[in-house]
Amino acid sequence: MLAESARGFLDEKAPVKHLRDMRDAGKTHDPALWKEMAEMGWAGILIPEEFGGVDMGHAAAGVLATEMGKTLVASPFLSSSVIAATALKQVSDARAGEALAAIASGERTYALAIDEKSKFNPEGTEMPARREGNGFRLSGKKTFVIDGGFADRLLVLARTGDGLTLFDIPADRAGITRETQSMIDSRDAARVVFDEVEATGEDVLGQVDDAMSVLKPALEAGQAALAAELSGVAAGAFGMTVGYLKERKQFGLLIGQFQALQHRAADLWCQTEVTASAIAHAGRMLDADPENATLAVSLAKARATETAKQAVIEGVQMHGGIGMTDAFDMGFFMKRARAGAEWLGDYGYHAETVARLKGF
Amino acid sequence: MAQETEELAGFRAELRDWLEENCPAEMRDGSSPEDHTCWGGRNWVFESDAQKAWLNRCAAQGYTVPTWPREYGGAGLSRAEEKVFLSELARIDARLPLQSFGIWMLGPALLHFGTPEQKAHYLPPIARGEVRWCQGYSEPGAGSDLASVQTKCEDKGDHYLINGQKIWTSYADKADMIFALVRSDREAKKHLGITFLLIDMRNEGVSTRPIKLISGVSPFCETFFDNVVVPKVNDEGISAVVGTVNRGWDVAKYLLTHERSMISAMGTGLGGARPLGAVLKDDLDGDLDTSLRAAAMKAEIDSLAIGLTLERYKDMANSGQGVGDASAMLKYVGTELNKDRHELMMSAGGSDALEWGGAFGDRPADWLRTKANSIEGGTTEVMLGIVSRRVLGLPG
Ligand SMILES: Cc1cc2nc3c(=O)[nH]c(=O)nc-3n(C[C@H](O)[C@H](O)[C@H](O)COP(=O)(O)OP(=O)(O)OC[C@H]3O[C@@H](n4cnc5c(N)ncnc54)[C@H](O)[C@@H]3O)c2cc1C
Repeated sequence: MLAESARGFLDEKAPVKHLRDMRDAGKTHDPALWKEMAEMGWAGILIPEEFGGVDMGHAAAGVLATEMGKTLVASPFLSSSVIAATALKQVSDARAGEALAAIASGERTYALAIDEKSKFNPEGTEMPARREGNGFRLSGKKTFVIDGGFADRLLVLARTGDGLTLFDIPADRAGITRETQSMIDSRDAARVVFDEVEATGEDVLGQVDDAMSVLKPALEAGQAALAAELSGVAAGAFGMTVGYLKERKQFGLLIGQFQALQHRAADLWCQTEVTASAIAHAGRMLDADPENATLAVSLAKARATETAKQAVIEGVQMHGGIGMTDAFDMGFFMKRARAGAEWLGDYGYHAETVARLKGF
Repeated sequence: MAQETEELAGFRAELRDWLEENCPAEMRDGSSPEDHTCWGGRNWVFESDAQKAWLNRCAAQGYTVPTWPREYGGAGLSRAEEKVFLSELARIDARLPLQSFGIWMLGPALLHFGTPEQKAHYLPPIARGEVRWCQGYSEPGAGSDLASVQTKCEDKGDHYLINGQKIWTSYADKADMIFALVRSDREAKKHLGITFLLIDMRNEGVSTRPIKLISGVSPFCETFFDNVVVPKVNDEGISAVVGTVNRGWDVAKYLLTHERSMISAMGTGLGGARPLGAVLKDDLDGDLDTSLRAAAMKAEIDSLAIGLTLERYKDMANSGQGVGDASAMLKYVGTELNKDRHELMMSAGGSDALEWGGAFGDRPADWLRTKANSIEGGTTEVMLGIVSRRVLGLPG
């Protein structure tokens, strides 16, 4: 149900062409589209009803993310409605409630500022938040802040003495500069520089020196939704490819009649099914037993990364020359699959997590 | 290195002196990831005086096409001497002075099928980088099934009249000449009605339209022929047909074996490129995770072994004849490896490699470009088909 209605809306309002048009116009965000998604309840998919959300849970968020992935929708859904919403839900104060309400209504967008180097490594965060009087001073640089170019607020992970602390601050606070990155997948991302940015205890989300009790669930929610989105990317690319196998002729035959391609398409479908199980399982675990979802989430992200990679590589290859052209959409899928592979932990990161939890 | 014969050692010493004197300092950055390829041609704009001097000095020695005969602009080097030549270039990290479709593709085909007059007319300008060629094979309906090309070639007595369309023509908008497969007999079986024709891109009725690649650049084009008149014999008495009319497929196939050998070499990272492991280690401050490390080790092993395979097949090929159907094997393993290597470099670059022109420069664009390696010059599937049927003799 949710999938079908989402599909109907997205096919009309956000087909791949929408991303292409935004890219060609030099835009990375479409506020009007996000507003419509919010009106349908998507922005509040994880947010309790008392704050204006529809509270349908992570499995449902995964369904939406999958559908968005199929047409490479560029929206703040993951950053704001999955990651930030999950972080804010870990805190029960009036300010968090207000923030959740603002996300659910689509008024407020968030971006997660964690990465400092080229690889995801939250535990290795170095940027200091120096204590000063009652508050903190943040200085340093974050990179690959997805949606960071337009977000209203930033969740910033910084080192406070022995521990890590998560700050929730407005993106236009004095001392913050944002430099938009020109991303291959045409999504929004920014490098964010913090120059002696002031923060108070009020700006801390959760407890000082204990970012992870708030951040870990948020990251896992994000990773699971991103895995779902990647499965959508794979499905989108695969759909185009199967269509082409049934349409393109060479040697007087449909290329789908060649067994070399049949078997690879069939393999891809099999891999897609296996990955779908991992993704559905991650969503269920986050809904039913979030304390113990880490393995399921890493499994999903690792599988989805690999399946999406296989789908786009086969997608280009089976299209031949036309697959290499910008005028054709397959390249957009390839680029999104690559960016999605890196965000929130790459294959190696999640494979290590699985290995660790499995006692390797 | 095994002991060199006295003769080879002498050649090496001589060459070393020559390079010392003649290779400009600016041209000694052959392993730089930036693209400094000199393609030559009438419209070529040299990036520097050094690039021009390097080309001209090499051309004067025959070093742009070292194994071609001297009379056609080469240096007449033997295979052993060619190896010495390449190793000496690599030693000082010198760029190749010139690369082109003329050198890789048309030249070998002309050396094999051309008349003495065609060779004398067309080869030296290729060697000197004066004329740039492009390849007019593929059409919208004839990609893997190349022998079904439809571009029409009508015999009009003293000239041919050409009508039709080519696609994916690399650098057609920059080329001076095109070697094209055209349909000269519509009644014959498809392989027996194709002619290999040389056409001046300045001819009236030839036009090109660039196509943008997923990597953002536009190196290839659609090429249109609209009532193009191609004299059978040009002003200097040179025939426009290579080989025999209606037997162009033989030329086309032969040329492809050279093209495929050339493309296969791109993946091995030989010729001065740094080992993958070193690149990845630098990118990640030595912090390679287990899966990336294992994949990089495999790619490095494959790259070394495939490099040796290329050398082995070149050694076996008797004097400039190419490697025949084995080129399909070389192209398959070389291009799939190149794609893997670039996947690994993207992984190693992490989020920094997701930015156009970011910290890693052209790395993302190069990665996307490599996806074409297993398509251009015949797809991986076509290569494996050739190995199955022509090498293994499987039915079908
Ligand atoms: C970057 C780039 C540069 C190029 N430069 C040139 C150039 O300079 N000049 C030129 O003439 N051409 C050029 N080409 C064209 C190239 O040679 C063709 O794209 C290629 O031969 C494939 O043809 P196609 O694109 O029509 O794909 P198709 O032939 O339609 O193939 C589609 C898919 O079907 C598969 N397939 C087809 N037949 C079979 C079969 N029998 N069994 C199994 N699988 C099969 C293919 O392998 C492929 O995966 C270039 C292409 C690229 C991408």
